[in-house]
Amino acid sequence: MNTLTRYFKSLFLIELIRGLRVTGRNLFVRKVTLQYPEDKTPISNRFRGLHALRRYPNGEERCIACKLCEAVCPALAITIESEQREDGTRRTTRYDIDLTKCIFCGYCEESCPVDSIVETHVFEYHGEERGDLYMTKEKLLAVGDKYEKQIAAARKQDSDYR
Amino acid sequence: MSDTVNIEINGIKLEVPQGSMVIEAADQAGITIPRFCYHKKLSVAANCRMCLVEVEKAPKPLPACATPVTDGMNVQTRSPMALEAQKSVMEFLLINHPLDCPICDQGGECDLQDIAMGFGGDISRFVEKKRVVKEKNIGPLIATDMTRCIHCTRCVRFGQEIAGIRELGATGRGEHTEIGTYVESTVDSEMSGNVIDLCPVGALTSKPYRYSGRPWENQQYKSIAPHDCVGSNITVDVRRGQVMRVLPRENEAINEIWLSDRDRFSYTGLHHRDRLRTPMIKQGNSWKSVDWETALAYAVEGLQRVKQAHGIEKIGAVSSPSATTEEMFLLQKLMRGLGCANIDHRTRQLDFSNQDVEPIFPWLGQSIAELQDVDAALLIGSNIRKDQPIISHRLRKAALNGAQLMFVNPIEYDFNFPVEEQLVSSPAGMVNDLVAICKALLSITGDKLPQEIESRAANIETHDDHLAIAKHLHAAEKATVLIGNQSMGQAELGDIRTLANIIAQHSNATLGYLSQGANSAGACLAGMLPHRGPAGTQVEEGLNSQTMLGQTMGGMVLLQLEPEFDCADPGAALNRLKATDFVISLASFASETTKSYADVLLPVSAFTETSGTYVNVEGHWQSFAACVSPLDDARPAWKVLRVLGNLFKLDGFDYMSSEEVRDECQAMAANVVASSQSELRKLGESSQDNQQMMRIGYLPIYATDMLVRRAQPLQETSDAINIAIHINAETLSKTKLNGEAQGMVSQDGQKAAMPIIINENIPDQCIMVPAGVIGSEQLGNSYGPVDLSKS
Repeated sequence: MNTLTRYFKSLFLIELIRGLRVTGRNLFVRKVTLQYPEDKTPISNRFRGLHALRRYPNGEERCIACKLCEAVCPALAITIESEQREDGTRRTTRYDIDLTKCIFCGYCEESCPVDSIVETHVFEYHGEERGDLYMTKEKLLAVGDKYEKQIAAARKQDSDYR
Repeated sequence: MSDTVNIEINGIKLEVPQGSMVIEAADQAGITIPRFCYHKKLSVAANCRMCLVEVEKAPKPLPACATPVTDGMNVQTRSPMALEAQKSVMEFLLINHPLDCPICDQGGECDLQDIAMGFGGDISRFVEKKRVVKEKNIGPLIATDMTRCIHCTRCVRFGQEIAGIRELGATGRGEHTEIGTYVESTVDSEMSGNVIDLCPVGALTSKPYRYSGRPWENQQYKSIAPHDCVGSNITVDVRRGQVMRVLPRENEAINEIWLSDRDRFSYTGLHHRDRLRTPMIKQGNSWKSVDWETALAYAVEGLQRVKQAHGIEKIGAVSSPSATTEEMFLLQKLMRGLGCANIDHRTRQLDFSNQDVEPIFPWLGQSIAELQDVDAALLIGSNIRKDQPIISHRLRKAALNGAQLMFVNPIEYDFNFPVEEQLVSSPAGMVNDLVAICKALLSITGDKLPQEIESRAANIETHDDHLAIAKHLHAAEKATVLIGNQSMGQAELGDIRTLANIIAQHSNATLGYLSQGANSAGACLAGMLPHRGPAGTQVEEGLNSQTMLGQTMGGMVLLQLEPEFDCADPGAALNRLKATDFVISLASFASETTKSYADVLLPVSAFTETSGTYVNVEGHWQSFAACVSPLDDARPAWKVLRVLGNLFKLDGFDYMSSEEVRDECQAMAANVVASSQSELRKLGESSQDNQQMMRIGYLPIYATDMLVRRAQPLQETSDAINIAIHINAETLSKTKLNGEAQGMVSQDGQKAAMPIIINENIPDQCIMVPAGVIGSEQLGNSYGPVDLSKS
């Protein structure tokens, strides 16, 4: 019996027509393909991209060298050295994130008591040499300065849930 | 009545000593009760209320630290009532505690954090303003954030009970309570660093360590403190190959849980700019960094040249008394292998007249712990509080229990315990005082004067003070006579030793030495002496450090030594070394002065970077491993000496580890019987010239060795004294310097100008000019005649 059914099915191209029906239906559906990089998908405000160190509006760096991010980092990508700055405050002398080690879990951001280390929406970056992906304090602060508006907006949007 | 009672804590039946507190019983049984103010080494204050527990039949929770155990007591530490009480107390404590854990150095090792997690509530109901207390500057060692203080008063009790000076106290009541120095001042105790460990919160933290790290990043390495003969057990905290801080390690037999500031903060000197990082050789007048092969070949070639030119008897080796046993064993083996007997470590000693009869190694005569049980003690030439703070703490405990502590000193020192008698006289006068004590003692016992002291004793009178000291020593069941650090440098050390022996014998007291440096005992056992080989064996006698450094030698090997600060006669040593053909310095640091006389600088590891052994004053061998790898090209000194042995083609230099060296040395010393007694020698005639001004070259606590001298925070404390003429007003008025602010000290043709400080603790006809400090390099003998003139 089975042999017979299979014979007729293949004779009248039933399977093929069924498949073409799906193709035909989708011919008239709205397209979802984006022309990256001209077009981009919307990003969640919790997106975890390139790291940045933020400053307060008066220009003072937020980071207080509590080293929680360094402790929580599962990839051991963060290295911090700290000292007492001349004005008596606790500050970092070195704040490095090795992006080749980073797994973008976002724990650093979550552990930060002063919202200093954050992950921006920037995901399009590259390094031509290995060292280019080793972010130093200066580089991170520069990223923060550049994207502060966007970072602040994302934090504000998420603030109801934090 | 039996000595123990039966109680039950959380259903566990315990038998505990009568009179102990519930918290002690719980600690013994491993049951955790949260606490802030209770500390096992301090008195009970019961003011934090954190240890509230439920006791059956008691209507309210009781503080476990202040509730004595009674028979049949049933305690619940985790019952709903106890937990509720603990939670409420925690809430009260957190009312005024700031939420600044992220910037607090205590974060991660904070009792308040831990206990809040374990016993506190999860949210705060407190919305009012928190109290703020002004920060106080209490010195270069301790940082304060008094807003964080929870008023446990551990620091206050430490000051009263352990340090012996009430430096910190509580003022105000209730919420206005503040801990601080009563008037604006610094905390000057030589043990002050311990309040950092005691403080359960971040109110008192270490200033040198401030904001530099977190406890969870540090790896702990066990080590031994390298600055005094106690051999305190320490933990070295290391992060990424760098020493971050030093903490005490509990050893009830030695340092209990305490640590002196010198041992705690000396690590700050490890990276001083003087640190030697590569081997260097002198070429003409300039220094050139070279590799080890070149430097060692140069050293070997230089010594061989000197040997041919001047003969082996013109070569000598002097080591610091704080080098490790292995280093000294290898150095003496190297020198003796070359046929050279000029070996010494007693750099601050002047009198070697009866070195043949001195004990095999300077021994305390008892254990450190036993000192707290003495009934009377006579200390000869010792500022014990600053010289060996940990031993001083033991003696202080004895004094508080009623022991009579008596001193014969060249300066009237300020002690933190009750002192029965302190006789203060010039160095020569100290010998006379001891003779008088001998006379008084023998008049009590009815014995005849030993012939050794007869002639000297003839014209010495006995005063009431001498008699009182003799009486106390004689009456005491457990008495001890200790020869302190400041006797060692005196011109009449031999006489002092003889007299101390006589006093100890006739008063049935234990005689003991408080030796210099960290490892005088190890040095003697390793044979770092001109007249004795390892373990006191007989050897051909060589020159002692004074003779060596007092004449121009052909070649010298210095181990961790800066003769300009570490020698009894720095001026002479410096001049002679400059004239010496070939000087090899194995050291961690090299100053410009070192470079002026050395020809080869071999960088050797500091104590954190080498394995080794210190033998403490009890004769206790304590080995330690390296905590970090040596800085740059520095190498452990035992390795350098081993390679030097190989290069000289000597036998028996095939050690693979420092343990092998130690084992060889320890096997030789296995049969040494510790003894502090020595044969009596006839006293010399009194050398006192009443017209001559005498110098007392006191060695300040923070000038003892090359590492401490470079520890900046310690040099900023009030215990770090600068060069000056300390003189009493009456003596000053008789000199030409009366009314002057500056004076010129001349000794052996060397002159140095320095300020004058009136100090009534100095005896007549004496001046105190500290040794081992900047400005003292040019002067002569620490204890010897000086002339004063206008600058």
